[in-house]
Amino acid sequence: MLGRTLREVSTALKQGHITPTELCQKCLSLIKKTKFLNAYITVSEEVALKQAEESEKRYKKGHSLGDLDGIPVAVKDNFSTSSIETTCASNMLKGYVPPYNATVVQKLLDKGAVLMGKTNLDEFAMGSGSTDGVFGPVKNPWSYSKQYREKRKQKAHGENEDSNWLITGGSSGGSAAAVAAFTCFAALGSDTGGSTRNPAAHCGVVGFKPSYGLVSRHGLIPLVNSMDVPGILTRCVDDAAIVLGMLAGHDPKDSTTIQDPVKPFTLPTSADVNKLCIGIPKEYLAPELSSEVRSFWSKAANLFESEGAKVIEVSLPHTSYSIVCYHVLCTSEVASNMARFDGLEYGHRCDINVSTEAMYAATRREGFNDVVRGRILSGNFFLLKENYENYFIKAQKVRRLIANDFVNVFNSGVDVLLTPTTLSEAVPYLEFIKEDNRTRSAQDDIFTQAVNMAGENLTSAIPEPHAKEPEQLHVTSFSYLPMTNELAGIIETFVVT
Amino acid sequence: MAALMLRWSCLGKRWVLACIDGGSRHGRGAAIGLTSRRKRGQSSVAQQPLIAVQKSRKGEHEWAAVVGLEIHAQISSNSKLFSGSQVHFAAPPNSLVSFFDASLPGTLPVLNRRCVEAAVMTGLALNCRINKKSLFDRKHYFYADLPAGYQITQQRLPIAVNGSLAYSVSVGKKPSQVSTRTVRIKQIQLEQDSGKSLHDEPRSQTLIDLNRAGVGLLEVVLEPDMSCGEEAASAVRELQLILQALGTSQANMAEGQLRVDANISVHHPGEPLGVRTEVKNLNSARFLAKAIDFEIKRQIHELENGRKILNETRSFDDKLGCTMPMRDKEGKQDYRFMPEPNLPPLLLYDTASLPPGADPQQVINIDWIRERLPELPGKTREKLIQQYGMLPEHSFTLLNEVGLLEFFQNVIKETRAEPKKVTSWVLNIFLGFLKQQNLAVNESPVTPSALAELLNLLDRKAISSSAARQVFEELWQSKGKTPSQIVSEKKLELMQDQEALERVCHTVMEGHPQVGVEGRRKAMHFSAC
Repeated sequence: MLGRTLREVSTALKQGHITPTELCQKCLSLIKKTKFLNAYITVSEEVALKQAEESEKRYKKGHSLGDLDGIPVAVKDNFSTSSIETTCASNMLKGYVPPYNATVVQKLLDKGAVLMGKTNLDEFAMGSGSTDGVFGPVKNPWSYSKQYREKRKQKAHGENEDSNWLITGGSSGGSAAAVAAFTCFAALGSDTGGSTRNPAAHCGVVGFKPSYGLVSRHGLIPLVNSMDVPGILTRCVDDAAIVLGMLAGHDPKDSTTIQDPVKPFTLPTSADVNKLCIGIPKEYLAPELSSEVRSFWSKAANLFESEGAKVIEVSLPHTSYSIVCYHVLCTSEVASNMARFDGLEYGHRCDINVSTEAMYAATRREGFNDVVRGRILSGNFFLLKENYENYFIKAQKVRRLIANDFVNVFNSGVDVLLTPTTLSEAVPYLEFIKEDNRTRSAQDDIFTQAVNMAGENLTSAIPEPHAKEPEQLHVTSFSYLPMTNELAGIIETFVVT
Repeated sequence: MAALMLRWSCLGKRWVLACIDGGSRHGRGAAIGLTSRRKRGQSSVAQQPLIAVQKSRKGEHEWAAVVGLEIHAQISSNSKLFSGSQVHFAAPPNSLVSFFDASLPGTLPVLNRRCVEAAVMTGLALNCRINKKSLFDRKHYFYADLPAGYQITQQRLPIAVNGSLAYSVSVGKKPSQVSTRTVRIKQIQLEQDSGKSLHDEPRSQTLIDLNRAGVGLLEVVLEPDMSCGEEAASAVRELQLILQALGTSQANMAEGQLRVDANISVHHPGEPLGVRTEVKNLNSARFLAKAIDFEIKRQIHELENGRKILNETRSFDDKLGCTMPMRDKEGKQDYRFMPEPNLPPLLLYDTASLPPGADPQQVINIDWIRERLPELPGKTREKLIQQYGMLPEHSFTLLNEVGLLEFFQNVIKETRAEPKKVTSWVLNIFLGFLKQQNLAVNESPVTPSALAELLNLLDRKAISSSAARQVFEELWQSKGKTPSQIVSEKKLELMQDQEALERVCHTVMEGHPQVGVEGRRKAMHFSAC
């Protein structure tokens, strides 16, 4: 039952093959069994059982709230959840219990979803491995798969199995692991530079980044406001479409959400790709791209072509500037967004009370890890009056060029782009931590991050409709992943307008 | 005049608390501990002749002073600029704080339409160009009553620019010698207010009240077109009246709804401008004028003694009557401005640019607001002068005192007395009584109807002027009685029957021949003095 898709289990609930409480208990017990994955920071067992009970009552009365009623879901621990601790995997917010629900969380609950818990991440979502949170790294469930173990046995002998587990990717690694390990049927992540798509790729699940403005950010503790998007992680594309349908739409509490009504998202029953023009960005053929991903990428392109799609090479000439540009914009917004964590209203507060300034300094030193503090430092440097023109303004201009790259490609008749998500498949933890967070983030976001830059509504304003956002298909190789659903395996991420 | 002075010193006392805090921060005038509910800070201060140090001579050099102002007016709105919490003065601490105001992570700003309309109205009333597209920025600084660590403001592209404000100052010795001046308005921007910090020095604690955090402010930047304290105070007073007429701000300085920072420099005419200082957190028009005049004198004195003026921020000590450097403003501030990413550009429309089929709830039409602007003080004064033949200075006094104009108009409506008579009674006797007892117009025991009735009695010569004065005093003391009642109780009617009057006189004279002669002599004696 737990290995089924959201739609399948929803049908089982409707038909009475299983009750919401039974389903919830099954997931809870699997969460306990897979505790070593460290996918969850908080397991909201009591809340979940209560929600399942209520769902059960609704089913009994025949008043089901729809496809999500009684479905176990997990939420990344950077979404505010009323009366459930929300930590961002940081000392700064340990023990912080928000008094309100993020809009996306509220929408899930309103549709009857059962909240299993809050999932692990890199501190404040800054990272690409889910290794830099205060609660420790998330382990990729595939590390314990038969396929991976066999593959490792062939490669290396005598290695300690416990220490050579794979990373999940990040920063929404906990959500990806939770979905991949069958402990829930859908999870919320967040995506600023690839944080949903990257761990989805490494964990073999669907990771979906909606267009900026399609889904409300209210209650999502921000990394980069102008690029953050709530992400959806599921086990198949159809499930992602169901969840998106529940979440999308204008939110009066988020002024950057689109005001136009959202059409329902339904996938066509038969995939006809005949009229589809697929672009392959030549700049994405990076030298660092692993041969496995590369061959999988061309395999996918060939598959589309053989099914009648037009596959052409396209150019996104400013791709190479994307990462450095992202670094300036991201750290600047981080410096600003993190300013509120001063220990006064909520969160960690140090014991030093010599002066307000001394208290701020110690609170922030104790509360944030090196990655967060490093980004705050760089961001404040870029925002200094003497540097603003040379860094921030220039980065904004480059961002415009990057966005225009996508506009030009789509105006030339291309419907979707087919790109890899990551350079390679998931690497073992011990290998991953050889490089620091900054280097890793720069490498790992290379294919995912440009689209976040293009996504922001650079020119128009409410009530004007938002600019059309690029559609991008990502492909990923899972050499140790059994490909049960080919489409889900290929289309790891897609973006809709 | 004595009454005015009394009220000022009373104000001064109340501001002692505020200045402790005001002297130690660089944000927007933090009026801590300011819990007075009194609404009377707004007397006709600008009318008061103030010591103007426009020029000072030493040798051949002549000095000119240059004064610019930054004014923060709290927008009069039900809710805050970006959140739904209520705006209320003197509510219990931290009772009007939304999640956004407390900067809970994940909360986002949602722009209050009313605040935008208030900014547009104010911009139009001050002859500004309204920007159809304006932007919001974050201004960063760490302070305990700024929970987000930044203030949302409009640094790059404000909502209104290039306006002007006409105001009047008295020139020469007579109050009737009024001259009209104009100060250019650089810009009007929308921004958030900060909370308030209350420093409890003995316990070395700081208490934070976030009720004010996030309240909408209009920052009005006046170009350095003024040259002395009186001009600045008059300009501020006129702006105050305009804001009150528009209803965009209560603009009560005592309650911190209007706060002024002044930029001051001196130079020799024809030479480049001097180094300027900024005097922060001036919370009454009188202190504003005093602080500016002190600062001009100080700068001239420094320069004439071969010293230099530092580009620094100073605060005004109202007890000592001087400005002092603010200690925590010594370091260089870098506000690290950045676009506010959670707010799209603010777009405004006029009738020509209004998108067809736009939801009126979603768009703001500048022309629509322009058509509905209320009458502004300048126009009101003009009408008073034309309609009632009033002296210009009288029209100023009527507008400067809160509620006085309405009182005057209500009296006019109900009386047959000459407007000039009404003006004289309202401005001399009525206002005199108010000042003497330190009362606001709405606290007056005498209603407009009562005064109107009294003036009617006077007009039809039922009573004499001195009797009318006596009736007025009675009215002031015994609420509820009508002037007619008092007149008949006290038998103050003038005798209209000529013959009867003569009879009385004769009887008196005949009955007291000696007294009559003495009285006449005394009267002559007195008049000779």
